[in-house]
Formats: sequence, C-alpha cells, structure tokens
Amino acid sequence: MTGTTPLIRLTGITKTYGRGQATFQALKGIDLAIETGDFVAIMGPSGSGKSTAMNVLGCLDTPTSGRYEFKGVRVEALSRNQRALLRRRYLGFVFQGFNLLARTTALENVELPLIYRGERAGTRHAAARAALEQVGLKGWEHHTPAELSGGQQQRVAIARAIVTRPAVLLADEPTGNLDTRTSEEIMNLIGTFNREQGITVLMVTHEPDMAAYARRIVRFLDGRVDSDRRSVEAA
Amino acid sequence: MLWNTLLLALRAIRRNLMRSFLTVLGIVIGVAAVITMVTLGNGATRSVSDQISGMGSNLLMVLPGQRFGPGAEAAPAFKSADLDAVRTQISGIERVAPVANKTATAVFQASNWSTVITGSNSDYFPAGNWVLAAGRSFSETEERAGKAVCVIGDTVREKLFGRQNPVGSEIRIKQFACEVIGLLKPKGQSAMGQDQDDIVVMPLRTVQRRLTGSQDITRLIVSVKNGASIDAVKQQLILLLRERRNIGENQDDDFRVMDTRQIAETLTSTTRILTMLLGAVAAVSLLVGGIGIMNIMLVSVTERTREIGIRLAIGALEREVLLQFLIEAVVLSSLGGLIGIAIATAASIALAGAMNVPYMFDAGINLLSFLFSAAIGVIFGYFPARRAAGLNPIDALRHE
Repeated sequence: MTGTTPLIRLTGITKTYGRGQATFQALKGIDLAIETGDFVAIMGPSGSGKSTAMNVLGCLDTPTSGRYEFKGVRVEALSRNQRALLRRRYLGFVFQGFNLLARTTALENVELPLIYRGERAGTRHAAARAALEQVGLKGWEHHTPAELSGGQQQRVAIARAIVTRPAVLLADEPTGNLDTRTSEEIMNLIGTFNREQGITVLMVTHEPDMAAYARRIVRFLDGRVDSDRRSVEAA
Repeated sequence: MLWNTLLLALRAIRRNLMRSFLTVLGIVIGVAAVITMVTLGNGATRSVSDQISGMGSNLLMVLPGQRFGPGAEAAPAFKSADLDAVRTQISGIERVAPVANKTATAVFQASNWSTVITGSNSDYFPAGNWVLAAGRSFSETEERAGKAVCVIGDTVREKLFGRQNPVGSEIRIKQFACEVIGLLKPKGQSAMGQDQDDIVVMPLRTVQRRLTGSQDITRLIVSVKNGASIDAVKQQLILLLRERRNIGENQDDDFRVMDTRQIAETLTSTTRILTMLLGAVAAVSLLVGGIGIMNIMLVSVTERTREIGIRLAIGALEREVLLQFLIEAVVLSSLGGLIGIAIATAASIALAGAMNVPYMFDAGINLLSFLFSAAIGVIFGYFPARRAAGLNPIDALRHE
C-alpha cells in the first residue's frame, strides 16, 4: 500500500468484559489498518467480536489494551471529552436500530450533530435539507420517525451521519432490520457517499450480499481477524 | 454552547408535551395548595389580631375561674360590691364596665328574636369600642334605678324593626317592656365568628333584678388611664380581688386578669395552629406532586438513556447533555412554580374575599414552595440523566 500513515491503525487491541472469574475476552489482539476512502465490510459469526471492534473504532467504547491511532493520534490516551470531540469532528454513525430521536422531525434529527458543532441556524437548516435531499427524502423533512418506513428512517439516519461530512462512516448492521429491496437501496446510497464524497466506510454485516458492496472484507472469528481480502466483484 | 443547549432543551420539552405537562401540573398543584392555605391562614390570624387590637391596648378583662371550657372549676361570680370596690380603691383606671348576661327573647309587635341581654353601664360602650348610631346611652339615674331602657345592636334592630327607626319604641322582654333609647353602629362578625351586633344592652341593675335575679357579675372590663401602667393596675386588681374573695396565702387565684395582648395571644395561637395544619396538609400535596414527577422521570429513564446514548454518539459532550437536562428540569419546574404562584394568588384573593379575611402576600412561603418545587424538578430530572451521561455511549445506546 501507500507509504503514508493510514487513516486508522489498530495494534494489538483487546477488549475484556467482566471482572474476576466471569471475564469474557471479546477481542484477543486485533491488528488492522484502514486507508482513507476505503469501503470495508467486517464480517463474522455472532460473538466473533465484530461489533465490539466497531464500537472501539467508533470511540463508543474503550479497548482494554492495545494501540488505536486515528490520523496518527493515539485515541486510547484521549479523555472522554476528547473522544466526544473526535466523534463530532470525524465520525458518522448508522445503526441497525436507526436510533433516531422519537417524536422529532427528520429535519431536526439531521440538524442535531450540527447543533453540537455550533453551526448557525441558517447554515444548519440548509445543510440538513440538502442531506435529506441527497438520501431521497425531499418533502419528508417534517415527518417524525413514527411516520416513516424502516427504509426511510435509515435514510434519515444516513443523512444525519453524513451531514457533517465526516471522514469515516461507521455502519453497524445498517440493513439488519430491512427487507432485501430496501437493503439494496440503502447499500447503494452508502456506496455513493463512499465513491462520490470519499467518505471512508466501515460496515459490520453478516449478510454476504451486503458485504459484496465493499471493496475489502475483513472476517472475524473468536476475537481475532480470520481473513482480510479485497473483494473481487466490487473493486 | 448555552444558546444551542437551550434550544435542545426547549425542543425536548416540546417533543414530550405530555410528560412536560404532567411534570408542570404536579408542581402547580403542590405549590398552589401550599401557598393558598398558608396565605388564607395568615389572613385569618391577622383578622383575629386586628379585631383584638381594635379593642384598644389599655383594656383588662377580669374573669372568675382560671380556665375556660370543660373542666373549669366553678368559681364564684363577682358581685356588685366588687365593682364598687374596684372603682373606688384602684388608682389609674379610667372606666369599669360590669357584664352580666342572660339569653332572652325580645318581642316587638309581631316580630320576636332570641338574643343575649347584657347588663352593664354606660362605660361598656367606649370600653368595647361601640359607637352609637342613633339615640343615647344610659344616664346615671337610669343605671342607679335600674330603669327598663336598652341600647340595641344592628342585628336586633333588623330582626325586630326592619326599616323602622327603633329609638323611642318599646320592646318586650319576658314580662317587662323596655324603651329603646339607642342604636349601636354595626361591628360585624367577631374573630370567633359570632355576630357581635346580636346584642341588647341594659343597665346592670335592670338585668340583675328582672332577668338573672342575682347580684352576679360574670366579668369586669377595666380600661386603664392613659399613662398609667397596665401591669400596676393588674397587680392592684389581683391583690384587691384576692382579699375580697378570701384567698389564702398559699392558694391560687380563682379568677383571671387578662390584658388584650394575652387575649390576642390566646386567639391567634388557635388560628396559627390551624394555619400550620392546613399548610402541612398542603405540603403533603406538594410532596405527592413531587413523587408524581419522580415517577414520570423514572419511567422515561430508559427512553432518555437511549437518547443520551444517541446524543453522545453523534458528538455531544457529557456536559452539554447534562446542561440540556438541567435546563429542561429548571424550565419545567420553574414554569410549574410560577403558574402555581399565579393560581395561588388568584385563589387566595378570591377566597380571602369570600371568607372575609384580609389577603396577605407572604413572600416567604411563595419563595419556599417555589424553591422546593424547583429542587424536586432538578433532583428528579437531572440526577437520572447524570447517571446516564456518565455511561459509555454504547452502554447508554443499548440500555433496555
């Protein structure tokens, strides 16, 4: 690969849950480097540690040991607040369960990360409307999650994730709650943001069909990286 | 940051309108109840003490026996001779009015009215702050001779005479006819709720001879001269009465000499206890309101914990989330407090008018219940959020 520092580099990351006798080691030493602009699918059976790895990568959880560099910065040494600021500045999240704020309009949901960034109201509205238009929800700005289908809710979540133009989009089973046709639409959307805006995508999935959209597939097994290969079809 | 957080807090309030409404309602009811009760109680206390201070500060009330009410030992009444002794042997007194009471029915033409006949002298009117609306008071001759003349209160006039002028007419009480020589200006209800104007006053001797048939005097009203010491007069009275009633050195008084301050204390302590009781009952409603708020907040903690997880995941700082929840709690509880104060003010003014007691704004209780409600809101709105915001974002997101 290129000689420059990768966007993300994990070295010997472990994560242990519990204390004393009842400990469970979810990650047993992960080494992984991810380049800017890549589209990486993380696969593996349940309990293989793929979601834990994703949470560590997204700074939603802290590793027990190991080294996590983001743009050359040692993330595991950052404080809670610094990690929150890193998420605010560089990361966007899409979850399996959408995780939109209930009883809140699509527009206000998408605006939320911009409010925390301290954007002015005018800029905020314009950016949120543009993001909703990009995910194909023009005209749905004032609907609440309860009034939207699953696919539409996930589109709102994607709009919320990309409205800040993040460096990395982290998607945890983004199509897990959706039917096949809607899943394809969502994957195409994510693929578009990856290709056209150069947003690095990290996606956890257990469906090979969805992983096929990625350029690189990392398989987890029992808390370790089992295989790491470039996808033939999507490259 | 503050402005944006305020925006987020207001959006959260609007988003959960029902929850916000119930929170505010709990505080409104509690605050309004406490303030209304205490304000009305204070008004009642004030009304009692006003009426007593209206009696003048230089009055002494002399009563046989040591206690009122059930269990009071039977102490002999005063006699007419006691009245003369007080009048002649005690220095520093201005007036002495005896009182002997008897309930009787007064009749005028076709109307009759059962009332209290008071036997006294002309000193009774100035000592009791009575003013004549028409006619005159008793003359010394009438008092000495026990003439059948009377001065009537406004209620008696209304019941017997209607719109007619009573002065000069004769009313019949028991077997004798009695000329109405004066009419008293109305005073209204007493502190204890009695109609003070339901009164017929006659010379003491007339009442003793024709109604009670004894020399008994049930109490003495003594007014002290300006500049004379009330305590000195009181001491003289006690010594004189002990001697006249043959009370031995080691025996307790079988009568009481009370000044207006003591009377006021007796009566206002009653209303003050009532105020405290009402306030305590109302405080329970404030507490119940607080528990309701706690309930609402705890029920929504699961949803709110996930919300906190979402906010943390998309880049909110812990302190921003906490500030938002704090603002929400403060806005809701102060809104509830302010509405409660407004309702309490309106209700207190209306009820004070209906109950005929003065409206007295009590800044202390307003502030106290406001702060208490604010504290409830902040404690139950903020502290569950504090726990959630301290979690790892992923744990908050997965909260079930």
